[in-house]
Amino acid sequence: MTGRQPRWLGAIVALVYLFLHLPLLVLVVFSFNASRFSVEWTGFTLEWYRQLLERPDILAGLRVSLVVGVISTAVATALGTLLALALARGRFRGRGALESLLYVPLVTPEIVAGISLLVLFAGLKIALGLTTIVIAHVAFSVSFVTVVVLARLAGMDRSQEEAALVLGADEWTTFFRVTLPQLLPGVVSGALLAFTLSFDDYVITSFVAGSGTSTLPVVVYGMVRRNIDPTINAISTLVLVFTTLLIWLADRAGRERFAR
Amino acid sequence: MTPAVEFRRVSKTFGSTRAVDDLSLTVARGEFFSLLGPSGCGKTTTLRLLAGFEAPDPGGAILIDGAEVTAMRPYQRNLSMVFQSYALFPHLSVERNVAFGLEQRKLPRPGIVPRVRQALELVRLDPDTFSRRMPSQLSGGQRQRVALARALVLEPAILLLDEPLGATDLKLRKEMQLELKALNRRLGMTFVYVTHDQEEALTMSDRIAVMDHARVAQLGTPAEIYENPRTAFVAGFIGASNFVDGQTGGRADGQWLVRRPDGRTFRLPDQPGLRDDTPVRIAVRPEWMDLFRPDQVPPEENAIPGSVREVIYLGETMHVIVDIAEGESLTVALRNEGQLIKPLPWKAGDRVAVGWLPEDCQVLEDH
Amino acid sequence: MTDRRRRFLAWLGRRPVLQAWTLIAPAGLWLLLFFLVPILLMIGYSVMPRGTYGGVESGFTLEHYARFFDPLYLAILGRTVVVALVCTALCLLLGYPVAWVIARSRRWRNLLMFLVVLPFWTSFLVRTFAMIFLLRDTGLINTMLLSLGLVEAPLTLLYTPFAVLAGMVYSFLPFMVLPIYATLEKLDPALLEAASVLGARPAARFRRVVLPLSMPGVVAGCLLVFIPALGSFLPSDLLGGAKQMLIGNLIQNQFAAARHWPFGSAASTVVMAGVLVGVLLYLRTRDRPAPAMPG
Repeated sequence: MTGRQPRWLGAIVALVYLFLHLPLLVLVVFSFNASRFSVEWTGFTLEWYRQLLERPDILAGLRVSLVVGVISTAVATALGTLLALALARGRFRGRGALESLLYVPLVTPEIVAGISLLVLFAGLKIALGLTTIVIAHVAFSVSFVTVVVLARLAGMDRSQEEAALVLGADEWTTFFRVTLPQLLPGVVSGALLAFTLSFDDYVITSFVAGSGTSTLPVVVYGMVRRNIDPTINAISTLVLVFTTLLIWLADRAGRERFAR
Repeated sequence: MTPAVEFRRVSKTFGSTRAVDDLSLTVARGEFFSLLGPSGCGKTTTLRLLAGFEAPDPGGAILIDGAEVTAMRPYQRNLSMVFQSYALFPHLSVERNVAFGLEQRKLPRPGIVPRVRQALELVRLDPDTFSRRMPSQLSGGQRQRVALARALVLEPAILLLDEPLGATDLKLRKEMQLELKALNRRLGMTFVYVTHDQEEALTMSDRIAVMDHARVAQLGTPAEIYENPRTAFVAGFIGASNFVDGQTGGRADGQWLVRRPDGRTFRLPDQPGLRDDTPVRIAVRPEWMDLFRPDQVPPEENAIPGSVREVIYLGETMHVIVDIAEGESLTVALRNEGQLIKPLPWKAGDRVAVGWLPEDCQVLEDH
Repeated sequence: MTDRRRRFLAWLGRRPVLQAWTLIAPAGLWLLLFFLVPILLMIGYSVMPRGTYGGVESGFTLEHYARFFDPLYLAILGRTVVVALVCTALCLLLGYPVAWVIARSRRWRNLLMFLVVLPFWTSFLVRTFAMIFLLRDTGLINTMLLSLGLVEAPLTLLYTPFAVLAGMVYSFLPFMVLPIYATLEKLDPALLEAASVLGARPAARFRRVVLPLSMPGVVAGCLLVFIPALGSFLPSDLLGGAKQMLIGNLIQNQFAAARHWPFGSAASTVVMAGVLVGVLLYLRTRDRPAPAMPG
């Protein structure tokens, strides 16, 4: 590059990174603070984490979140991957319309997605609960999976599949022996992102969950609204560590490639 | 004997563009057959139709060994292919790549290993060194050889090659050309080879189909194509050609007289299809022309006077460009006998005559 | 079995269009049924009279849209647009330098990128809570200011427009950085060298080469921030309090407390219309031909 970056630029960027990460860092640090009410450091404790284990609502919320996350991720990953394959490979009419449909979820504000699904479920008289949450989560994560897998497919040489066909593999075998192994990092990365989206979502879930079923974010939201206490820091820290891990894995999976 | 490949009135349309237009041709068994042409001429589509990646428009038929395969998938056609990008599977080692097709044919494992070794040896890759390597650990030339081994190991009746040497440097390319030709002879396999490199096609092929605008412009042996180009496109695409226009003006001693716009004439051997008083265009190879002083042209040669515009040094040959009329020039290729010892007697501005023998004229059909 | 499968695949393989639609159908139908249809239904609700128990009755009315001319709702609408615009501008000012530095760094590029992407994916709720934890009266900032003796009483930081904007910028900044980075990363360094040789100083290089080339990223980033900002709900809900109500909170209210679905749907439709305008503007700037050289 021509010359070094000016100092002021570095300073701005450092401040932005501080702004992005300091709040979370503080949050994490104070999840280990012994004092319940003040933010003065009064000693290290794991008390708030212990208290989490005694909260049936949190444990139930976690269970619901995991169940919803696993099911919706499996469905969204399968559907999204198929769609990506069609978009990357197929020549067909109506492609433009399909691509627009793909991008609708990416540009629709969550609150609009949430209430419109509520309207649909009410109109069809479908009772709100686990099923409706899963339906909603699949709906908003399919597009993300498709986009991630599509990016992976774009880097893949189409003639590899043709080579497999010529070498005697039928379409089925070609997909499982040639396409999928190379696509896998993209699929894994897409699945991890889908799971993260599902695991983190509050806004849409709050509309389609109904009163009986609460995911973890819905429970945490209730806690934040009622009164702030260090158990929120503790559960937030756990969520952060968990999602950071997932994102780190997704990032690594997505980066992995067979050098050409 | 039934031909190895036959195209019967095959067309292929993509949207509104016709990539292959009413193509009919046959490839004999064991032949090294090249599809040659500039990009977009339809040669690759022709190959992909044969491989089964594209389906022809209704009405056309493709036959392999006398049996119609038009509706068959690639894996049902008993052929193999080397791709321009090599298309090695990046997640499989060299030996797994080569074994892929054999595994697909459900060969027992003990039978596969020796055949993979043989195939690698056939393309002169040491199996002990390369078997376990991943494609990313190979050089371009090595990848090329693995792709070839992967295709050859199946011993297919027909091997398709889609510009497999396109991405290699000149020296390696020359070497591989000779090797491919030798493999074709030794294995008795039919090779269908796509290339845009005319020299490559001339070097290797038994027969060449020169393609232009979705059609075959000329089909023949390398010598026929080079020495008897039938159209201006073929004459210009295969090697270099000088074009001379004129109008037939009577026949004498089995030779036609052709009148140039400036009134000068040259002679042309008699050939079927020529009529009196019609425009003709002829092609003459630069190396079949010679330069003379305007007053020293031998009587058996055709001659057009002009002035030397430029002398170009090319190493093996010298090109002399001669302006013969406004906007019209001829290129004459002369052997370089050493410019330091025996320099050419011509320099820019010299008045000269370009001469050639009547029998070296190629009358072009598309004029 | 294998034979039947092969025959079926061969049959399907000869029909690329059918093959494509087999792959598309599951996801396509899901998106259609659970994304597009609900939005259309919501638009339908917005023009129907309100039912007795929160639902709708058949009929057609524009009264829910007319309610937006009430000063109370006009204020919410206006505030939402202003907040979304200011948030977009702030994100651009902060995000561009970050994108530039990441694109120009070599060794740290992956780490810097990961640190930007990370908040993008971590729980919105957790991040908003982190802001509360910093900003509230007994939060970290006030506690530090008090203990340093810089202020005598805690500053009111939470439940202010400042808090809402801080929360939104905090949450949406990655949306700005990513697309700008994507365009800057592709920028050939030789272009800058060429500009230098042609006599451009750093400021001119930026203005005449870098900025125009990164414009697609800037426009995309602005859109990606503006859209969620327009419909944002959590920052104003948790950081803003009643006075900072945005249209997102209005919508939520109509569906939760007020049980006035048609009005909520109308508000949602207004947001969607705003999104649509943004997307169309984006597509227009993207496809615009080059203007003639001045002079």
